[in-house]
Amino acid sequence: MSQSPIGTAAETDLRLPPGLSQERLLDAYRTMCLSRALDIRIWTLNRQGKAAIAASAQGHEAAQVATVMATDPTRDRYLIYYRQLTAMLMLGTTPTEMLIQFLARDGEILSGARQFPLHGAHPRVDLFSFSNVVGTQLPQAVGVALADKMKGRDAVTISFFGDGAASQGDCHEAMNFAGIHKVPVVFLCENNRYAISVPLEQQMPVGSIASRAFAYGIPGVEVDGTDIVASYEAVKEAVDRARSGGGASLVELRVERLLPHTTDDDHTRYRSEEDIERMRDMDPLPIMEQMLRRHGILDDATDAEFKESARRAVDDATDEAEALPFPPVGDMYSGVLESGMGGNSHA
Amino acid sequence: MPEMTLIEAVRETLRSEMRRDPDIFMMGEDIGPRGGVFLASEGFVEEFGEDRVMNTPLAESSIIGIALGAAVNGMRPVPEIQFADFVWPAINQLVGEAARVRYGTNGGKTAPMTVRVPYGGGVRGGLYHSQSIEVLFAHTPGLQVIAPATPYDARGLLRAAIRSNDPTVFLEHKRTYRLVRGEAPDEDYLEPIGKADIKRAGSDVTLITYGLMLHHSLQAAEMVSQSDGIEAEVVDLRTLRPIDGETILDSVSRTGRAMIVQEDTGAVSVSSEVSAIIAAEGFFDLDAPVMRVTPPEIPPMPFSPLQEAEFMPSPEKIAAGIRQLDEI
Repeated sequence: MSQSPIGTAAETDLRLPPGLSQERLLDAYRTMCLSRALDIRIWTLNRQGKAAIAASAQGHEAAQVATVMATDPTRDRYLIYYRQLTAMLMLGTTPTEMLIQFLARDGEILSGARQFPLHGAHPRVDLFSFSNVVGTQLPQAVGVALADKMKGRDAVTISFFGDGAASQGDCHEAMNFAGIHKVPVVFLCENNRYAISVPLEQQMPVGSIASRAFAYGIPGVEVDGTDIVASYEAVKEAVDRARSGGGASLVELRVERLLPHTTDDDHTRYRSEEDIERMRDMDPLPIMEQMLRRHGILDDATDAEFKESARRAVDDATDEAEALPFPPVGDMYSGVLESGMGGNSHA
Repeated sequence: MPEMTLIEAVRETLRSEMRRDPDIFMMGEDIGPRGGVFLASEGFVEEFGEDRVMNTPLAESSIIGIALGAAVNGMRPVPEIQFADFVWPAINQLVGEAARVRYGTNGGKTAPMTVRVPYGGGVRGGLYHSQSIEVLFAHTPGLQVIAPATPYDARGLLRAAIRSNDPTVFLEHKRTYRLVRGEAPDEDYLEPIGKADIKRAGSDVTLITYGLMLHHSLQAAEMVSQSDGIEAEVVDLRTLRPIDGETILDSVSRTGRAMIVQEDTGAVSVSSEVSAIIAAEGFFDLDAPVMRVTPPEIPPMPFSPLQEAEFMPSPEKIAAGIRQLDEI
């Protein structure tokens, strides 16, 4: 995989690939700060007994902003999974809309609070996630992309998944079909080395998900997912390939999961102290901050302003979301089938 | 009105729907140049091309998962599961995913797809080419389950399924494909999903059934009419989710006696649900307990011919049941 053009010396010019300006990088960092502040708040709301469940995006932020920046939200499609908080914000979901999901309040945009957070369909961008069963979105994404290919549309479908989902049969079936039919899909793996508690070496013998691409006749690359420029370049190349008729790609972004799997997990039961210490070096926020400072894109005042405005936005969103009621009980009966609930006619 | 077999009814309906709506496409194992193992898509590649009559790898989960993705993105896929016995790898994508798309997105996405599933026994199919798999789907909110028994119903209901905006499991009994002939007009008619149909009027006993067992039940009804003067009304469920309780209860209110005939094993099955409907809503109309004619509780169904025949509810067994029920 191509290396990031970022040098280590402070005087090195930052050479940015087409489509990635300094302004966009700064904006991405602003969203990463917001995502981190929101993520911390969600975890707190869980510990307060207000948010029933949360899966944190901490550690995945740079990978997700890079991926979204490499796509076109006005025409592309996103099949996410549960760890995509940062991607959701990048795609224009507001902090209030996100907190309403975690607090399961009335007016929840994705599923009417029927589902866990980050599940359902987005009303403004073509983003959806039906399931908690990992890997099911991969063949679905291939079908979404197949429809675009059949209709001659230039949309690209991004199928997010983790290293855990890579073990599912659906992952193999989806990539195999996508390779055969050259459908415009990008398989975007955020590999954080853990499927809940099962480490990568107990999930697969080769340690690389991208290496499987060869077997499906598609390109596969493995990139440091804390390196926003390298991640952007890899995803952009895959998106451009899909959009121009070149078919599917597999992009593996290596990240660290900085918190346990969910609020119900305790990773000290299965991660060593050294492992936990080492992963902190892969926190994408300080990595990004230092990179931007090194190249004179970020100064103290701007950084402080980003972090302060993120805190304010999260405080305001918390107040707004907590003020809302739960959805009325009667709302649970709608939308089973177009014709009604679809139960037997005597009932 | 032209007379045709059930497989011809399926094929001609698929053909006319494919001609009508370019968003419809078929996918499945061997459905391309081979025309499907039952020839449901014979000649289709020549007319519609390989993009709309798509051979897939031998991978049922992704057949349904990919169809589902295409359905939520504007297409109307008609995937085929080659034999019902092979549907199990796709259960997650059907029951776990497709059935919950509308509900789980609060109506934000829909999955208009019709999954065609040849099912049923009496074809020397043994344990893995004979299964009746309907009950799991009929149990699932968010799915529609259709099981036509005649060419006329197959045409009207397959059209209705394809044009419906919800995921539908369309069950085609393999034994009926070439056994059953009937009139089915070349007109653009729809039969309503969720409505049973009275295939034989009678005043003494109500038989409730579907699929191949409709034909065995009709034969049994003729047998007892001639031998004993018992007139059985035969209700063809046609749709297994939702079940048309009203038609069942209306018939039972006139006959006072109800028998459910099915090829699937009885425990926790469609016949259980119909029994519950009658017990809950038709109790005061009954002159006798509800009776069921179902196979023995062994994995369906033995390959060897004598055992296979013993497994299936035959017209003779059904007729014996009717006589027994009439005497109570």
